[in-house]
Amino acid sequence: MCRLALKTSNETFSPYEVLTAMEAMKEGYDGSGLGLLLRGIEFEDFKYNPRFPILSGIAHTEKAWQHLSSYMEDRGYELKYDHRYHMGPNLIEAEDRFRYFLRAYRMPERFRDKGTEEREEEMMKTRLALRKIGEENNDLTIFSFWPDVVMIKEVGWPMQIGDALCLHDGQIKSRVCMAQGRQNTNYGINLYACHPFFIQGIATMTNGENTAFVPIKEWLLGKKFPGYIGYHSDSEVFAHILHYTLKQLKLPLEAYKHIITPLSTTELEKHPQGDFLKGLRDVCRRLIIDGPNAVIGTLPDETCLLVMDQKKLRPAIVGGHEGTWAIASEICGVDAMIPDRDPTLDFQPMREHTVIVPPDRKELTIWSQHDPFPLPQAA
Amino acid sequence: MVSTRSISVTPGSLTYSDLPWIIEHREDRCTLCGQCTSVCPKEAIHLSHMRQRVPKLDVFSKKRGSNYRNFTGIRQRTTMANSCIGCGMCSMVCPNDAIIAVPGTNENRTLFFENQKGEPNKRGGRRNVQGTTLLDRIMFNRISMLTDPALDAGRHEFSLTTTLGRVLSPEVFLDRKINGGWIPPTREIFPFVIGSMSFGALSPNMWLGLLQGVAYCNEVLGIPVVMCTGEGGCPPWVLRSPYLKYIILQIASGYFGWDEIIRAIPEMQCDPAAIEIKYGQGAKPGDGGLLMWYKVSKLIARLRGVPEGVDLPSPPVHQTLYSIEESVMKMIQTLSTAFNHKVPVYPKISASTSAKSVLNNLVRNPYAAGLMIDGIDGGTGAAYNVSLDATGHPVASCIRECYLDLAAQGMQNEIPIFAAGGIGKNGNVAQNGMALIMLGASGVHIGKYIMQATAGCLGNEKNRCNVCNVGICPKGITSQNPKLYRRLDPDLVAERVADTFMSIKTEVKKIMAPLGRSQSLPIGMADALGIADKDAAERLEIKYVC
Ligand code: SF4
Ligand code: SF4
Repeated sequence: MCRLALKTSNETFSPYEVLTAMEAMKEGYDGSGLGLLLRGIEFEDFKYNPRFPILSGIAHTEKAWQHLSSYMEDRGYELKYDHRYHMGPNLIEAEDRFRYFLRAYRMPERFRDKGTEEREEEMMKTRLALRKIGEENNDLTIFSFWPDVVMIKEVGWPMQIGDALCLHDGQIKSRVCMAQGRQNTNYGINLYACHPFFIQGIATMTNGENTAFVPIKEWLLGKKFPGYIGYHSDSEVFAHILHYTLKQLKLPLEAYKHIITPLSTTELEKHPQGDFLKGLRDVCRRLIIDGPNAVIGTLPDETCLLVMDQKKLRPAIVGGHEGTWAIASEICGVDAMIPDRDPTLDFQPMREHTVIVPPDRKELTIWSQHDPFPLPQAA
Repeated sequence: MVSTRSISVTPGSLTYSDLPWIIEHREDRCTLCGQCTSVCPKEAIHLSHMRQRVPKLDVFSKKRGSNYRNFTGIRQRTTMANSCIGCGMCSMVCPNDAIIAVPGTNENRTLFFENQKGEPNKRGGRRNVQGTTLLDRIMFNRISMLTDPALDAGRHEFSLTTTLGRVLSPEVFLDRKINGGWIPPTREIFPFVIGSMSFGALSPNMWLGLLQGVAYCNEVLGIPVVMCTGEGGCPPWVLRSPYLKYIILQIASGYFGWDEIIRAIPEMQCDPAAIEIKYGQGAKPGDGGLLMWYKVSKLIARLRGVPEGVDLPSPPVHQTLYSIEESVMKMIQTLSTAFNHKVPVYPKISASTSAKSVLNNLVRNPYAAGLMIDGIDGGTGAAYNVSLDATGHPVASCIRECYLDLAAQGMQNEIPIFAAGGIGKNGNVAQNGMALIMLGASGVHIGKYIMQATAGCLGNEKNRCNVCNVGICPKGITSQNPKLYRRLDPDLVAERVADTFMSIKTEVKKIMAPLGRSQSLPIGMADALGIADKDAAERLEIKYVC
């Protein structure tokens, strides 16, 4: 099993805080890897404009590093900032790590007046193109390319990776940080297989193994959407389903839970929008997850969410106070991130709940599937 | 040596050891009650008078001689028309355990004489291929171990239904919901469907017993089982009853029974579960339905709108069928319109190398609600031997190919594929059905298994019984002769239907729980399947395990 931790706060904080929570939960995972995703970025040595997409990844060789630089230039991107981690390289287990990079770019001229959708598509295509280049020689790994998002994935004990990249010294801070502490050991070891998974600003990380993985993957692949690739981990589909729900179907966030764990027919018969939801369940039947999973996600507007599979076979808990909230697999994880909260107000979602921390972080929204569903217009 | 003409031997003469089934009769136990001879559907046994020599030896007078005794016993007939079919009814009724039919172990010479009067043999039943089937050999081996917990089949909630009907893509569904378009009708049903067996092929007691059992499953047990009529219509009162919703009405190339159905439409209290258009079936692909004259009773003649006592062979194709694009499309659309676009309409075809092209046509037909593929191991009420034995395509690879084809187009949720043909042939009904579901079927149809499990059909793959075509079914399952079908108590059939589906449901849970699945039927979950046969594994794209 793996452990998950997320912290979201109005004030930026160091990702090291979240690594401390991972350390608190260390008995629960094998520490074979670390995945981090940060949003709401603040660099110590650069005044970052959150409109600039940041490319996160690892160049395994110098040649790949040069290839990357020239590719981005050719595609019309202007490099605004190239973050250099203060490194403690001897703490990294892997050998072929030429450079961990975070590079902020200005979008090419031709996108200046383009709409959001086109810009988002371009960013995804750039990421996929670089990933493909990297896969040819196995010398370049690209995690994300998106404004205000930084991702790091590495093999090894999470705290040690944090030390290696000197995450404690305040070089990078963020308002949202998600962390997962295990390489995907269910399938082959692969940097891409480490959570969180990212697609067009949407990210999820998951606890547990997804038993319905193969049919879901086949269905998503059949959609032929360029970003629905990879699947080195059975958990990657959770990010893609969330993306599909929000971006392709353009449904509200509440629909996610109705798609992955629909209510039963008897429950839907009593539901005020039962007819619509039954139809939605039928058309999205192949996306029903069977658990055991706790899914934690974040969206571009810094909304955070937590949902469980129908049987609630993986733990997760949310706690905090106005302005700062934390979600973790275990209470000790939340304790480590927000020691000064009232723990009696901590909440463990039931099978019908979606816990949402809205961008204003004032209070938790606990939304139940039995609540009226905000229908798309006129439906 | 005696002259040839003094012994009555003809080219067709047979003796006991030439027959597929040999009657062993014990005179010492027989009380001559006559039950066996009167129950035998083939008149294969008869009372016969025989003489026995009783040796007489007078020790004192040193004389030897013989006494003779006349006695009456049971003997087997060796004519083709009366050859024993091994049904075992005689032993079933014998109060003294005096008679039994045993399989003849010698070569079976009757095989060469089945073409009496120039007519090749026809039979009901099955393909007569014994042994484990490919489906029997598939294992479910993605067991949830430690990385994810296996579920508790007894305590967790399971969602075991499948969708019958065309499902839109999520994008189109939302668009139609918002802009008010047609959402095709769907049904949520139990994935094991009672396959098409007509009122006609089945006796009234059998058919109504099944319906009664199906209603009980739905209304009392909460298992949404549906049954298909086969080509033969439906009794008028059923058409006008609330039970119609558990019935898939079949239309086939003879259109039998459809006058009644069309007449009943305005008076229907509810919609039928679906309409199945039969273009082909697994047991005799490329051939139409066949109800032999023996079974066209007054009632059947009335239901089907035909004269009594005539053979009813349906043509191999629908008369209007000129091209798949045009006629199939039109027929599906017409039937959908007849039921106000509120009933799923889907075609049934024989498994075939051409199934994929049929499927690809259906994908483009917005009214097509699914595809039912029937494999070579399917059963039938009547067919020529050669069609049953050697024509057709096994169902597993056909289903898998079709599913993967749909998956490549991202359409696997939109057109449900149903599979039939040999499911539960060796009793492993839940295992066979779930294997097909994990290969990509949305559900399966079972026919022979239902006859065996719910009514005690005697047929087996050793050609036991299998006389369903000639109306002499000794169990009353496939006979239209009231003397025979009154043997079958519909209430008991209904009880067995309930037993059968309750047990299938439990076994399905027992299969799903260790795989960690409970929330949806594991359709296409081929990563959970393995087989110890490299070639089959490769063909089905599942794991080879040993
Ligand atoms: S087994 Fe059946 S066919 Fe054979 S003698 Fe007995 S009753 Fe007749
Ligand atoms: S028992 Fe009846 S239905 Fe079964 S094989 Fe014999 S004749 Fe056919």
